[in-house]
Amino acid sequence: MPKIITIDANEAVARVAYKLNEVIAIYPITPSSGMGEFSDAWSAQELKNIWGTVPLVAEMQAEGGAAGAVHGALQTGSLTTTFTASQGLLLMVPNMFKIAGELTPTVFHVSARSIATHALSIFGDHSDVMAVRTTGFGLLGSRSVQEAHDFALISTAASLKSRIPFVHFFDGFRTSHEVNKISELTEDDMLAMIDYDTIAAHRNRALNPERPVLRGTAQNPDVFFQARETVNQYYTDCPAIVQDAMDKFAKLTGREYHLFDYFGAPDAERVVVVMGSGAETVEETTKYLLSKGEKIGVITVHLYRPFSVEHLMKALPATVKSIAVLDRTKEPGAVGEPLLQDVVSSLFEGKELGLAPFSQIPAVIGGRYGLSSKEFTPAMVKAIFDELNKEHPKNHFTIGINDDLTHTSLEFDPSFSIVKPNTTRCVFFGLGADGTVGANKNSIKIIGEETEFGAQGYFVYDSKKSGSITISHLRFGPGEMRAPYLIGTGEANFVACHQFNFLEKIDMLKYAENGAVFLLNSAFSHTEVWDQIPVEVQKQIISKNLKFYVIDAHDVAEKTGMGNRINTIMQTCFFAISGVLPREEAIAEIKKSIQKTYGKRGEAVVERNFEAVDHTLAELYEVKYPLTATSTISIQPGISSMAPEFVRDVLGQMVIFDGDNVPVSAMPHDGTFPTATSQWEKRNIALEIPVWDPEVCIQCGKCVFVCPHAVIRMKVYDSQLLANAPATFKSTAAKFKGVVGDTYTLQVAPEDCTACGLCVEVCPAKNKSQAGLKAINMAPQPPIRESERDNWNFFLTIPDIERAEIETNTVKNSQLLRPLFEFSGACAGCGETPYVKLLSQLFGDRTIVANATGCSSIYGANLPTTPWAVNSKGRGPAWSNSLFEDNAEFGLGMRLTVDRQTEFAKELLQSLSDQIGADLVTEILSADQTTDAVIDAQRERVAGLKQKLAAMSDPKAQHLLSVADFLVKKTVWIVGGDGWAYDIGYGGLDHVLASGRDINVLVLDTEVYSNTGGQASKATPRAAVAKFAANGKGLPKKDLGMIAMAYGYIYVAKIAMGANDAQTLKAFKEAEAFDGPSLIIAYSHCIAHGIDMQKGLEQQKLAVQSGVWPIYRYNPNFIAEGKNPLIIDCKDPSIPVQDYAYNETRYRMLLQSDEVRAEKLMNDARNDVSKRWELYKQMAKIEYKATNGDAE
Amino acid sequence: MTDLTTTYLGLTLKNPLVASASPLSKKVDSVKLMEDAGVSAVVMYSLFEEQITHESNALDYFLNRGTESYAEALTYFPEMESYNVGPDSYVELISKIKESVDIPIIGSLNGVSTGGWIEYAKKIEQAGADALELNIYYIPTDVKMLSKELEDAQVELVANVKQQLNIPLAVKLSPYYTALPAFAKRLCNAGVNGLVLFNRFYQPDIDTETLEVEPTLVLSDSYDLRLPLRWVAILYGKVKADLALTSGVHNEKDVLKAMMAGANVVEITSEFLARGIGRTGEILQGLEEWMLEYEYDSITQMRGSMSHKSVAEPAAFERANYMKALQSYDNKVV
Repeated sequence: MPKIITIDANEAVARVAYKLNEVIAIYPITPSSGMGEFSDAWSAQELKNIWGTVPLVAEMQAEGGAAGAVHGALQTGSLTTTFTASQGLLLMVPNMFKIAGELTPTVFHVSARSIATHALSIFGDHSDVMAVRTTGFGLLGSRSVQEAHDFALISTAASLKSRIPFVHFFDGFRTSHEVNKISELTEDDMLAMIDYDTIAAHRNRALNPERPVLRGTAQNPDVFFQARETVNQYYTDCPAIVQDAMDKFAKLTGREYHLFDYFGAPDAERVVVVMGSGAETVEETTKYLLSKGEKIGVITVHLYRPFSVEHLMKALPATVKSIAVLDRTKEPGAVGEPLLQDVVSSLFEGKELGLAPFSQIPAVIGGRYGLSSKEFTPAMVKAIFDELNKEHPKNHFTIGINDDLTHTSLEFDPSFSIVKPNTTRCVFFGLGADGTVGANKNSIKIIGEETEFGAQGYFVYDSKKSGSITISHLRFGPGEMRAPYLIGTGEANFVACHQFNFLEKIDMLKYAENGAVFLLNSAFSHTEVWDQIPVEVQKQIISKNLKFYVIDAHDVAEKTGMGNRINTIMQTCFFAISGVLPREEAIAEIKKSIQKTYGKRGEAVVERNFEAVDHTLAELYEVKYPLTATSTISIQPGISSMAPEFVRDVLGQMVIFDGDNVPVSAMPHDGTFPTATSQWEKRNIALEIPVWDPEVCIQCGKCVFVCPHAVIRMKVYDSQLLANAPATFKSTAAKFKGVVGDTYTLQVAPEDCTACGLCVEVCPAKNKSQAGLKAINMAPQPPIRESERDNWNFFLTIPDIERAEIETNTVKNSQLLRPLFEFSGACAGCGETPYVKLLSQLFGDRTIVANATGCSSIYGANLPTTPWAVNSKGRGPAWSNSLFEDNAEFGLGMRLTVDRQTEFAKELLQSLSDQIGADLVTEILSADQTTDAVIDAQRERVAGLKQKLAAMSDPKAQHLLSVADFLVKKTVWIVGGDGWAYDIGYGGLDHVLASGRDINVLVLDTEVYSNTGGQASKATPRAAVAKFAANGKGLPKKDLGMIAMAYGYIYVAKIAMGANDAQTLKAFKEAEAFDGPSLIIAYSHCIAHGIDMQKGLEQQKLAVQSGVWPIYRYNPNFIAEGKNPLIIDCKDPSIPVQDYAYNETRYRMLLQSDEVRAEKLMNDARNDVSKRWELYKQMAKIEYKATNGDAE
Repeated sequence: MTDLTTTYLGLTLKNPLVASASPLSKKVDSVKLMEDAGVSAVVMYSLFEEQITHESNALDYFLNRGTESYAEALTYFPEMESYNVGPDSYVELISKIKESVDIPIIGSLNGVSTGGWIEYAKKIEQAGADALELNIYYIPTDVKMLSKELEDAQVELVANVKQQLNIPLAVKLSPYYTALPAFAKRLCNAGVNGLVLFNRFYQPDIDTETLEVEPTLVLSDSYDLRLPLRWVAILYGKVKADLALTSGVHNEKDVLKAMMAGANVVEITSEFLARGIGRTGEILQGLEEWMLEYEYDSITQMRGSMSHKSVAEPAAFERANYMKALQSYDNKVV
């Protein structure tokens, strides 16, 4: 009997791909990273493939590199694979042409994902796969977790046999991340499918000095074309080979597949052609509509390349009259999307060749659906079938959106549903941190593997990394769960709210059907809770006659040592109420699952969870409620009503999880959005916030400096401004020199704080009577929320300090500058954002930011709102993200514009001197722009200039008007993480630094690919565990600073805010002032280090004290003065490396899992530190001679 | 020939120098070195149940933290096959040490829960430890907790552990008992085979600059011998358990004093940490030379010779001693 497992498609595919290959080249990219992570972990555990050897898994610097490594491994005879998606697949394109051109068997497993166009999207569609359809790779698409598992094997067998390399693809997230119950392939299945002769043939073709050949020649016009045509027969033969593999597979497993699978009425007149997970939706809907007597059918395209006209013709019913072809991609400007064009061509060719079953070519329309994982539901499918019934059906339609701009969209009836009465459909609303998703994944595994039921789980996450809301969609019941779409409005028979405050934010009961269960985690008892919930919730409970249960899960968690993890408690309630298993059995299974999940972390963890399970049911109560809704509480709008219209109406709709209903006309056409929008999204995620004690405060500004979310601010101002201050607004005498104003206030934004506690941790002032208290102390937020909101709003009315009026050379003064980066959705206590915020404070009003893809682009620009902000004059950073790999070049391009247009403006200015006035022209051209004060003066001059230009009709004047802003100094900052700077973008970064241009690079070095979940980069230090370095990284961290210093003309600084904030400030100011390329490498503590984030700054200090992170500044300007350019800003290492490292899980977990290796690597790491320190010290001692012309 | 052998917890030891619980026992090699240097037995570093629980919970917390919150980063760490967060690595180390050395190895345990004490004690026994030393370190801070309640709980705990074990059991005590002899007697009645006097705690200090409490561990010196010396002398002959003196043993004179007071063995750490394991040979040589010079045949001969019950003026170990010291001090000042 095959083993039944409940897993997602990434794991399902990796389980096969790992077993069938010898070399696996990987690189992280969402949503495919999981496949690489599984492979790396299995390789680290020395799990063998089906031929008894452990595959070699190599992480590369980019997908382009992975493809190159795959190509090389294939050329030398290894069975090789890789995993990727989206931009990653695009980076592989050049090698894909080569691999296919050389008829080399391999399979690239791709979780299909949108390609970045007007915006990046991590979600699923076929735009990446369609972009590689000309490479010569076969394209085999699976539509479910089971198919992805099966096709991983079928594609490998077919590739080896046909010599055509394959992309095996499945829908990103919808399939890659859907947990479903599948039948697992055995090693015997795999051995039976793979013909040894095809492996031998592959190895025989390999490069081997024993029988040398040459491959990869350069060919000329005389023969290239002919040679290119030699492959035709292979492509002609390929479809039959794939079908043979499918047939062989069917005999082994009983699961039957075809290149084009038809489902529907034998006499169907209307047929939909579709690929990927959407095909399941169409098929299930077709099944439903057939029962209503409709004559319809669906063709699922599995083998898209090579496209077999013959097989498509065989699949189509002879009765077909009209066809709708659905593409999950967009090809702007084309006659139609790719699948549509292939189908249309095939119909004509099939008819021409006499292969067609029909006498008359059916009418064909094409449509787009599901871009970026847009929902594709049975209601939409019905609308498409209905459209085919029309006399003039809409061609090139869209479905699933409201296109009120070019009117492409089909209308559909959202209330149409095909839910089966015997399935259970559950929707859970949880907080990321509370473990809801993990528990639901376990629940689905339990149901899938311990019952006869089919089971499916899909999980939706929001766009924030702190305080994020998760929505879990679980289905189970008799038969397979083939529903690759979310549980819809009025469809859920179980709705659970794991966080009470969500009731005010989300209309979650819209999901509930009549008579459904509503489970609420509530601190209010079953007798008190009714009056505490919003009136909208009350109304739905009454009107839908819901069975309403409450449990105080936080209380149970607290009493059983679970902290904020309420997962097993809510899971226990779910099983108890749903009755999917007998209660005792369910509890036993939950405990078994706890043991399996947490057992290796220690008995204490297991016991704690067991205790939570055991204490749950006694606290679960049904609520008896009245039949009238009387609550005075209401669901709150997601965005303040004071916000600008676009923010309130469009972004606001996204905030309340209703973005699907934003019409096309409301969206910007070119991906351009206003900044300063995060201020309107009050998330209220902090249970505690810092409260200021003016008596203790020394006004050092450190708390403001380190706040990752810019929620703690300070101002110095005239006490007269306090006249209208709220009663609880605090102030004290200012202790600042050279700053106008006698009064000082430190104010917290109570509704934006994430309660990370970094501010309290860094505060150096202690209460002299109670040393446990500082100048700021955490206190519960709810009781002071309203008063502090008023105080914050009043604080905002106090004018910001004029930056031109103060010296910002001290940490204290610098923090009087308004942050132009505020309230980001970064992790609470993020180590990156304080640097980004500082950049925005110091230079934000004249900065253009090029931001590499990664954490900083996500917390910087993931809709709905952005933290990039503007000052009182409307100026602020202008920001853009191009790609992951090209950020340095992207930034350089910006610099080139600044340089060129500044020069152009100066040229125009000179040529218009007579008309503008020579004095103004001279003043502008000769203006010093080295301080904020003189830059302000230049702004005024340019404003005057623009007024004059506006009145001039000379075309040159109009040109100058459009570029005059460049006469005021502009700064380009290139910002990104270590994955970009050390790995994928390194080549470009090196070139851009070497260019000599005046650019500033900020590397937010977390030492892993943080955004994709902590994969190793070349910045990962030796001895640390990371994904793709599961055995602990065995080689030292790349010394990027040293490489840059080698040029001799690049300003380089290595900084760690927690170790020396003054050095950090100095480095930023020096880097920006340096007239040439500057590189700042900033230690950024990260959630992926496995630390208490509140101690992040302390860890930074220890990193410096241990010598792991020596801070320094290298200023080439000193060379000309005859000084050594390298200034080391820290003392000799004073603590052992392990005293720093073993505070972090990334190091500690190796000690806990492989002590011998951990000790060896730690010893090596100590040697790394001491060798590097000696080298730096020697470099700092080198005597330089002046090079100003006088020196010999 | 001078006979340095002694007995402790039913074990015959070639001399009274036992290495007490310290980081020196964290590696097989260093235990082997201690054996080679002449140490007669080694007490393993303490297995702290609280630490195991903490490590386990911390690992779980940090592996969970931030997971399943954001679509691109559902986890932040690779899944390891296993973690040594339980007592297994400690237990394995005992087994390995037992395979490598011939001297007795005494396990050391500090528990929190009754279940934990018993479970871990049995594992240590199964690993081959020759005896177990319970480290019942507890600092009462609750004003409602009475000394009797605390002592009752500790006696009950020791009795429970003893019932489950076949190997000898020692208990390492703190000096802070109101009526130590009575408590020692109760422990003996519960089946304890040895008492170790006294535990040396991390003592908090206050940093007046940072206003932080700093836990510090200061290595002992010979002066620290005085406290356990008194209580060994007082308990000798009054309780049936063997006595081990620890804290302040740095040279042969300290060993002699301990033996004369009534100790079966001394447990040494600070001297080894400060000056190396090589001190064992020097101390043993000094001990032997002294015994030769003063014509003592054996350790047994001198054991207890200066105990409370053996000296001419037992009051010297009692309060009078304190008063006498004060008087002498006053006389000097005056």
